[in-house]
Amino acid sequence: MELHSRTPSGPIEQAWDKARFEMKLVNPANKRKHNIIVVGSGLAGASAAASLGELGYGVQCFCFQDSPRRAHSIAAQGGINAAKNYPNDGDSVYRLFYDTVKGGDFRSREANVYRLAQISVSIIDQCVAQGVPFAREYGGTLANRSFGGAQVSRTFYARGQTGQQLLLGAYQALERQIDAGRVAMFPRTEMLDLIVIDGRARGIVARNLVTGQITTYLGDAVVLATGGYGNVYYLSTNAKGSNATAIWRAYKRGALFANPCFTQIHPTCIPVSGDYQSKLTLMSESLRNDGRIWVPKTKGDKRPPNQIPAEDRDYYLERRYPSFGNLVPRDVASRNAKNVCDEGRGVGPGGLGVYLDFADAIRRLGEKVIRERYGNLFDMYERITDENPYKVPMRIYPAIHYTMGGLWVDYQLMSTIPGLFVGGEANFSDHGANRLGASALMQGLSDGYFILPYTIGNYLADNKLNSVEESSSEIRGAVAGVENNIQKLLSINGKRTVDSFHRELGKVVWEYCGMARTAAGLKHAIERIRELREEFWQDVNVPGSDADLNQSLERAGRVADFFELAELMCIDGLHRNESCGGHFREEHQTPEGEALRDDEHFSYVAAWEYRGPGNPPELQKEPLAFEYVHPSQRSYK
Amino acid sequence: MRLILRIWRQKNRNTKGKFARYEVNDVNPDMSMLECLDVLNEDLARRGKEPVAFEHDCREGICGSCGFMINGVAHGPLSGTTVCQLTMRHFKDGEELILEPWRARAFPLVKDLAVDRNAFDRIIAAGGYISISTGSAPDGNAIPVSKERADAAMDAAQCIGCGACVAACPNASASLFTGAKITHLGLLPQGQPERDLRAVRMVTQMNLEQFGQCTNIGECVAVCPKLIPIEVIGRMNHDYIAGSMREPEAGEA
Repeated sequence: MELHSRTPSGPIEQAWDKARFEMKLVNPANKRKHNIIVVGSGLAGASAAASLGELGYGVQCFCFQDSPRRAHSIAAQGGINAAKNYPNDGDSVYRLFYDTVKGGDFRSREANVYRLAQISVSIIDQCVAQGVPFAREYGGTLANRSFGGAQVSRTFYARGQTGQQLLLGAYQALERQIDAGRVAMFPRTEMLDLIVIDGRARGIVARNLVTGQITTYLGDAVVLATGGYGNVYYLSTNAKGSNATAIWRAYKRGALFANPCFTQIHPTCIPVSGDYQSKLTLMSESLRNDGRIWVPKTKGDKRPPNQIPAEDRDYYLERRYPSFGNLVPRDVASRNAKNVCDEGRGVGPGGLGVYLDFADAIRRLGEKVIRERYGNLFDMYERITDENPYKVPMRIYPAIHYTMGGLWVDYQLMSTIPGLFVGGEANFSDHGANRLGASALMQGLSDGYFILPYTIGNYLADNKLNSVEESSSEIRGAVAGVENNIQKLLSINGKRTVDSFHRELGKVVWEYCGMARTAAGLKHAIERIRELREEFWQDVNVPGSDADLNQSLERAGRVADFFELAELMCIDGLHRNESCGGHFREEHQTPEGEALRDDEHFSYVAAWEYRGPGNPPELQKEPLAFEYVHPSQRSYK
Repeated sequence: MRLILRIWRQKNRNTKGKFARYEVNDVNPDMSMLECLDVLNEDLARRGKEPVAFEHDCREGICGSCGFMINGVAHGPLSGTTVCQLTMRHFKDGEELILEPWRARAFPLVKDLAVDRNAFDRIIAAGGYISISTGSAPDGNAIPVSKERADAAMDAAQCIGCGACVAACPNASASLFTGAKITHLGLLPQGQPERDLRAVRMVTQMNLEQFGQCTNIGECVAVCPKLIPIEVIGRMNHDYIAGSMREPEAGEA
């Protein structure tokens, strides 16, 4: 299969204008005759569904949660970037583009990133108009702050709940379309397969999670905005329900999966406290603006933090990266935390933690200012750990947070299956091998509000779609496949619970395909994952029935897919014989321990094609060209 | 520590429910209430019994999925906290906890501790938004908002839609929820053109959903995990009355 990115030719500044001008348009009177299926109701899904509804299309929107407002975008804390340059500190569309390409360690598509930076400014306008209560200056203008990986203040925020406010804005826009009758919402409904007819995406098979009913929904285009796959690791900052089933089923129907090994470990999470732990809690990276990260200089220094004098502390990020200091990108901050812990200088139970200390900031700015900036985060930290971060430094440790990999899409955000579009974290498009802070919200809303509504129209206008027979063999086959899978899971009646398998899988992936990877480790992980998967299909126990709300059954189906995806992540990580961004192969590092890219051999997107059960996936490459931002060794020193 | 949990078990809304008694040993004080239920559910699943159904997702107190009554208090004893962030150190060894779903006519039961809160979505759909279609917005800084006003709007906008306010209210009123959205949008200049109509339509929908009336008891505020202030109900009433006079037809749903 050949990959066509459909990137417009000519100057990058005009690429998006050119692409939009070349798009075919759907006559306004014909829009309502098209039904578009949107799976997922987070920032990308809700904004796409609402915007498509506003344009007059018929839209069906699906989410597994009880309400579209619960989607996990809601948990994003820190902020959203935009090249507004309101603070007059030298920001521009070009600088945001440059920072994002560099931050992604030169593994993203330049034209997509440029478009993202261009659209960023419209997103802020849109959200303000919706009533998103962004932080304000006393004069009434929008406030900005700086964020990890950037030296300008371009991050807009609503306290530590930016994701919540942006999602509620998109959710309200969606509810407005529901009220207008243009969007039909299907909550508690999980997509379990993609319907592909004559090579085109024409619908989904979905299960009503309350009644167990399996239903097919047909349309002229399908949008997957179902988020990332960080829950492969079991312990992550994702919501418990976040899963990869929709994108994985699409992969098995022919959509290529790009860069699955590009996962992001967030540097500032609350450390693991026990075996019962069900998830990891993120502490917004905005804390690094005022908090200073340190560990004791000497191994095994067990003194309480406030009794360790300054000369015995190692502010290792400030020492190693004087110009960026505590604001280095996430991959660099995470790896350095791992290194100091590996040296035995970690703090807290198990030695897996570093201090994030606000004492200096409180001395400089006063407790009131710190409370205003981070109050809700400090409260959350205290609720979880029973420690008061105004008095004692926070303890933090890296955790899986975001997945840059995802379904491959072209410039129009269409996958390799015509008619299947992918938005937000579910696609691979804009962040390369590492995402900068406050960029996920930007990308989700850029895709949903400002890109998909155009590109889907272009697809519909450009292709004549035949009507689909409900009784076609493709549909009957997809439904039967879903039903068989459910019956199989319920009939194994083994001895182990779904969660016990998931935890074990997560440990393997974290150990061998987490912050640092080696060829030997990845090979071992692939073997181990296969063994575990086999055991899962022989010994899992899924209690209950398929005819009512059965949360064990939901999890079982998702974990079954995680097993397969985990293997693909390791295969991808093993093939990529270089380090870049979040993908750190120990064999490939600079003398200072930084990621060492191999641009000669790996400057491409690795897109994997499913070749049937038991067969190895086939690698397809989309070469990456950097005409504007020339690849260099990233330096934050 | 060890806990005794008496949990409401009900297969669906058509069957009768009852309390079941469980003992959970090895409770770690740092666990959340939901992780304690995870431990119980793992044990039930290992023994081939059906786990307790409960809503949860982010487990960071922001998605609003989780919530049930603990000893008659929505979200349990800790103020400003959802059950996913309620750690077990707030309970005593050997304590008995009674866990029940939100009980309100407008929140029909789904299973065990899970209820259907889509009535909230319908209240938002009735007018809990600013009608601005994608692409038609002016520059962000073209609409100045004073810091005080933006902060007050944010205080109201924090609502997570968990439903604790309804569960705690003896009248099962959704006034705190509805008032929070009316206040958030009504405080902002962007929200002014639709302010009257919004209040009338949302309140009308709230009544249609069979939520009870507010009688200023204040239980809602006491259990709200985001500490939404009771003033939002006053603002709702104000905007509703003003709106009813100015938009007489709007209330007829």
